[in-house]
Amino acid sequence: MTTPITRPTRKNPVLRTRLPTLPPNARSRIALGLTAGAARGVFELQVCEDCGTVQYPPREACRACLSARLRWRPQDGAGELIAETRLHHSQELYFRERVPWRVGLVRLDVGPSVVVHLHGDVARAPARVRVTSQLDRSNQAALVALPEHATPHMADDPELREMTCDPKFRKILVTDGKTAIGQALCQQLAAAGADLIWAGLAEPWKKLPGSDTLASIPQVTQVPLDVTNERSVQDLAGEIAGKVDIVINNAEHHRTTSISSRPGTDVARAEMDVNYFGLLRLAQAFGPALQARGADGQSSAVAWVNMLSVYALSNFPAHGTFSASKAAAYSLAQCLRAEMQKSAIRVINVFPGPIDDEWSQLILPPKVAPAALAKSIIDALRSGVEDVYPGDVAQEWFTRWRENPKALERELAQ
Amino acid sequence: MTETMTRPSVLAALIAELASGGVRIIDLTQTLSPDFPQISLPPEMGQCAPFRIEEISKYDPRGPSWYWNNISCGEHTGTHFDAPIHWISGRNLPNNSTDTIPPEHFLAPACVVDCSREAAEDADFLLTAEFLRAWEARHGRIPPRAWLLMRTDWSKRTDAVAYQNYDETGQHTPGPDTDAVRFLVEERDVVGFGSEAIGTDAGQGFHLRPPYPCHYFMHGSGRYGLQCLTNLDLLPPTGAIIFAAPLKIQRGSGSPLRVLALVPT
Repeated sequence: MTTPITRPTRKNPVLRTRLPTLPPNARSRIALGLTAGAARGVFELQVCEDCGTVQYPPREACRACLSARLRWRPQDGAGELIAETRLHHSQELYFRERVPWRVGLVRLDVGPSVVVHLHGDVARAPARVRVTSQLDRSNQAALVALPEHATPHMADDPELREMTCDPKFRKILVTDGKTAIGQALCQQLAAAGADLIWAGLAEPWKKLPGSDTLASIPQVTQVPLDVTNERSVQDLAGEIAGKVDIVINNAEHHRTTSISSRPGTDVARAEMDVNYFGLLRLAQAFGPALQARGADGQSSAVAWVNMLSVYALSNFPAHGTFSASKAAAYSLAQCLRAEMQKSAIRVINVFPGPIDDEWSQLILPPKVAPAALAKSIIDALRSGVEDVYPGDVAQEWFTRWRENPKALERELAQ
Repeated sequence: MTETMTRPSVLAALIAELASGGVRIIDLTQTLSPDFPQISLPPEMGQCAPFRIEEISKYDPRGPSWYWNNISCGEHTGTHFDAPIHWISGRNLPNNSTDTIPPEHFLAPACVVDCSREAAEDADFLLTAEFLRAWEARHGRIPPRAWLLMRTDWSKRTDAVAYQNYDETGQHTPGPDTDAVRFLVEERDVVGFGSEAIGTDAGQGFHLRPPYPCHYFMHGSGRYGLQCLTNLDLLPPTGAIIFAAPLKIQRGSGSPLRVLALVPT
């Protein structure tokens, strides 16, 4: 059984903080198909369209019939552990720092045998397992065999924890504590075992409903933070950036304007100022400190979450300027991911559909409830995915966008 | 003595008085800071931008030997001047914007009406014409073309939450009532009205008739506004001279500015 992790002891401030190391990250273009699935929490393998053979490792042509018509399909990962070993030595710096490391060979029920990282709660071979595809610290897909049925504290397994960003015992900045989503995040992070939560408050004189909620959560410290104000961001970073393990940037400015619905650029500018430049200011102020702590013990700096919008994928003209600002933020978040990945910090992008708040008042349900959106963010941290499409609308739009982005553009223009 | 000889001597005397301390300069301006609150309208309306400042360079690779910033704000951010064109009632007046107001209007005497006790007791305190007449009984008649400055000590609320003073029914800050504004414009010919709170009108001024009477009547008759003033408690009830010149913004409705008072000691 997994030994549950405990609250880390205080860091010795005169010891050097180790630099992050990464597992091997070279992948062929075909193999990146596995990463594409892992990025959103799906274990996919190529399946031959002609003979139905499931493929592993990823390849150009079917191993049974040589057909080139291979498609990535979700797999349930059921299989049997047929061999296992425990590494005690590795030439790779990343594994060298983490041995012993349990690995195994699993024969999937669908055919192929795969090499896996082996969860500590999996019984000795032969044993039934469930193989999942996880992003490792290089942000590349790695296969992990989990016990067939959940075990107590299984998230605390050291190998699995290398793949995830569990908020337990971590210190977290929520950049906007004034919204229903920010407050739900604070509540759920506290319940998930977060050590300390800083909740940013802009324009404190505007009292919004629910601000008393924050005061009732013992883990929460309310801090002044206005992402449109460079000095405010820098001041807070100077105070806490060296301790933040997870940044959740939920600060958002959302108005329902298009090009023709309102003259002027002030609304669009305000949206860009929060949604795009706000992310840029935060990333410049907090990014370096997080990157320096990518390997800082059990509760290292580990993740950066951006609340984007599914409108970032394709413009929703009724909220056209908001969509554009989220598209800009999405692009910048990709830049942030590329930079943070070198330090093993995962950038998680969340693409909700319409949220059940005042700015989506005129949109028909289904809409994502703030508490459900907060839960999807915490689930993403725990499961280690990097792209999340919470809610029915986001799921549907994402599917339509993947199948035919031009068709979605036309449909949204109706 | 001829007039051509006395004119420079007035200014020379002023400089001498400033040097000797016979005249002091009091700064009535709040510091332009990103933390200073700005006026807030319902979120679906257009908003006044807060003051923002971002570094261009600071003796670093972006500019090795110099420090400078880019700033941005609205015309009505921080301690600022309201021009008549700001309000719909003043939209068709001549010389109603910051670039066309006659510069002679930027220098004027000030009458300072102390409402600090009343404002401390009631955040929604309204300055009335009766209150002004009582003030005149003590300090003399308000001269034409003077600023009427309403001292409330509101600027001593350095915490932005207390300064803005919002609750479920909106903002609660002191200001003049309709009769006081009409009295000042129609019977005393003031150059404008100045206050320490975020606006010249009371926080609940929307509920007066007409809504926001200070804006409506002052600007409708070509008068000006000053708000977010500070240090009014350092001014005498009469005798101070105010220098308040807005930035020369083309067709500007107002501007942040430095407001200085010359005070005899």
